[in-house]
Amino acid sequence: MSDADTPVLEVRNLTVALPQDGDRRNAVSGVSFTVKRGEIVCLVGESGSGKSVIAQAIMGLLPKTLPVASGEVLLEGEDVTKVPTERLRQLRCASMSMIFQEPMTALNPVMTCGEQIDEVLREHTALSPAERRAKTIDIFTEVALPDPERIVGSYPHQLSGGQRQRIMIAMALVLEPALLIADEPTTALDVTTQAQILELVRDLQRRHGMGVLFITHDFGVVADIAHRVAVLRLGTLVEMGDKNTVLKNPQHEYTIMLIGAVPTLKPHGRAVPADAPLVLETRQLAKTYSDRGWFSRRGEVHAADDVTLEIRRGQTLGIVGESGSGKSTVARCIVRLIDPTRGEIRIHGEDIARKPMRALREVRRKVQIVFQDPYRSLNPRRTVGEAIIEGPLNYGLPRAEALERARKLMELVRMDPAVLERYPHQFSGGQRQRICIARALAMEPELLVADEAVSALDVSVQAQVLALLEEIRERFNLAMLFITHDLRVAAQVCDRVAVMSKGKVVEYGEANEVFLRPSHEYTKALFAAAPGRDFVFGAG
Amino acid sequence: MAAVDADKYAALSVESADVRPQETAWQRVRRNLSVRIGGAVLVLLLAIAALAPWLGTVDPTMFDAGSRDLAPGVRGEMLTLEGEVIQHKFHFGSDSLGRDIYSRVIYGTRVSLFVGVVAALVSLLIGVFCGLTAGYLRWVDGILMRVMDGIMAIPAILIAIALVAMWRASLVTVIIAIAIPEIPRVARLVRSLVLTIREEPYVEAAISLGTPTWKIMLGHILPNTIAPLVVMGTFIAASAILIEAILSFLGVGLPPDIPTWGNIMAEGRIAFVQFPHNIFIPGIFLTITVLAVNILGDGLRDTLDPKMAKRI
Repeated sequence: MSDADTPVLEVRNLTVALPQDGDRRNAVSGVSFTVKRGEIVCLVGESGSGKSVIAQAIMGLLPKTLPVASGEVLLEGEDVTKVPTERLRQLRCASMSMIFQEPMTALNPVMTCGEQIDEVLREHTALSPAERRAKTIDIFTEVALPDPERIVGSYPHQLSGGQRQRIMIAMALVLEPALLIADEPTTALDVTTQAQILELVRDLQRRHGMGVLFITHDFGVVADIAHRVAVLRLGTLVEMGDKNTVLKNPQHEYTIMLIGAVPTLKPHGRAVPADAPLVLETRQLAKTYSDRGWFSRRGEVHAADDVTLEIRRGQTLGIVGESGSGKSTVARCIVRLIDPTRGEIRIHGEDIARKPMRALREVRRKVQIVFQDPYRSLNPRRTVGEAIIEGPLNYGLPRAEALERARKLMELVRMDPAVLERYPHQFSGGQRQRICIARALAMEPELLVADEAVSALDVSVQAQVLALLEEIRERFNLAMLFITHDLRVAAQVCDRVAVMSKGKVVEYGEANEVFLRPSHEYTKALFAAAPGRDFVFGAG
Repeated sequence: MAAVDADKYAALSVESADVRPQETAWQRVRRNLSVRIGGAVLVLLLAIAALAPWLGTVDPTMFDAGSRDLAPGVRGEMLTLEGEVIQHKFHFGSDSLGRDIYSRVIYGTRVSLFVGVVAALVSLLIGVFCGLTAGYLRWVDGILMRVMDGIMAIPAILIAIALVAMWRASLVTVIIAIAIPEIPRVARLVRSLVLTIREEPYVEAAISLGTPTWKIMLGHILPNTIAPLVVMGTFIAASAILIEAILSFLGVGLPPDIPTWGNIMAEGRIAFVQFPHNIFIPGIFLTITVLAVNILGDGLRDTLDPKMAKRI
């Protein structure tokens, strides 16, 4: 049965129904594809496209509210949608395994990593405890975990995110399944860690000849890892083919749009007059969190240290870095949501770093911020209109005028002014982010801080919001501070870039210089890790 | 410049300009079966309380030495203070002083519901104030929460006995005595909610929009604590009704002439073996009321705030 030509996985006409009150009839409708031995198939789609539902259907993990309505899922010829639960349990891990996005929650926090692997082996094999331990150490070595002997006895919280994901992969692979399903396994990881994990998956796949179904929303990752690509949109498969064909010469208009929306890693190289007035300067800005005990200081964390930056009018400065690099700390100090420990923050030459909260009133209107999470940036109990006029009302603008301004701003951010009376939950993520931008603009700021403002958005929506931000910066001649972990986004919007690592700015200069001729080791490593960096999308 | 035309993608992308309709919280609440059952029983009880004088009752404090210890359903006479003799059917019998238990139970509904609602409101009001202050103004937090810990350390019954000893038994004393031990619990809940809500980006956005602190507390934070508070309020009301009955039963609640379910049971205790209905009937009313409030609270919790179950 398992000759070389039989696909490891064949999905035939799979349809998964949504509950009655869902926003469409089927979560997945009529999807067919195959994964062959030794092949990585990427399932790409935006949020709500049904890609995770397909993974769950294959694993038999669908919730009761989402039944398989029709179709077959053949795992090495056996239809897993029809097998009894007991058989499904045997198949999981032995024939098919899955790794998840969030390795912390997928691991049991009160069991050591060794015990968790041991549990799998005990359940599925007849090995003796000593053999199981040897196998655990073997697989830990194979997934390149440092010091496997120690990690066997470690708890998940003692490991880094990348190491946890390696444990997950080890657990998935310990029984050498024919099929590995990876559901956005690198989305929660930093770019350098992501590169290592992708390398590992590719390497293991080659060595074991598994079939891999890799689910992602990131075309950079697709370019790096896939052999074949399947593009999903609203539960239907719109395009499937060889990686190079789909990415370079997409046929379906949706794929063309998606790929067109992927920002390039090339900086735009727009010239900004060097003599434009300085809006923001920071000098030796530092934020230290100290863990103070009752009698003594126990530990100090330098979240940001010695950060000296400047932004001129009409200019976009990007701060790029991985999580924990201190980029958001800098942004929050500048907006004075937190108090800097040392250094100066000059807005138009006036130092605001030491000003008490009450004296910040005048400065606040000049500096506005747009946050990352569109679902939490708007008060769920206030209408969109109330949110937008809140700032102007605080500064004494009459209500009627403030509402008039809100209406104009809604048009500016391409939304219907008539929806001002609605509540935030009625809008999608991209729409909410537009509303947040309108709220910030209502203050007529001179400096707009975008703290990962497009990171939570799907790539097509991201492109729209980026375009909007660009348009606004140009139109109002704004200074913009753009915080992001995404190098592609940074390349597209930034005139100047500061690369941060461990609280320090390690490289700072014109975007062209930094992107094309990085000088610091860390910057080079960061760029080298960017998924799909050498791949040219949509050549057409 | 790599300008991307914003409109180019609008038509194709997953999110379109249309605004998604969604069921409001109120619609969800009204559909919930627990809310319906609990609410219906409470409406019935409220109606009984409001219409007490027209439900075939007599003055619940009136007693007639000739009609003592009657069994349920017995007809008898009562001598009013004006000297009139009225014929009366004692649906639930009479107590050892010759008072009509039916009238006392019906009028007792008023006291129970009133105590439940007012005690819940009082403890919510003070608790919300303390919790908001402690949660948002960090320097008050330590002091205020230690005071709350102190209150929590005193048994509720002791507070009640002390207050009654100080001020004499009255409705106000009982309500205060019930509300005080609930305040720290409300304050803790609100404080924990405030501590999470104040970190929400929309609160930070309000700070950067120059909104004054008091406006942030009242306009952004307070409205987002309402749903769990409504739920907590119902549970406080249920326990307040129960505690009021306990206090009355122990003789440290309302004066014995005021008809409350606890008082009726306290009075019936003496002759429980011969006349168990003196305790059973108010007991059944008490149970139904508390059950109804709790069912309502459960339903509200499920619909308004599913996370609440973990929080209390």
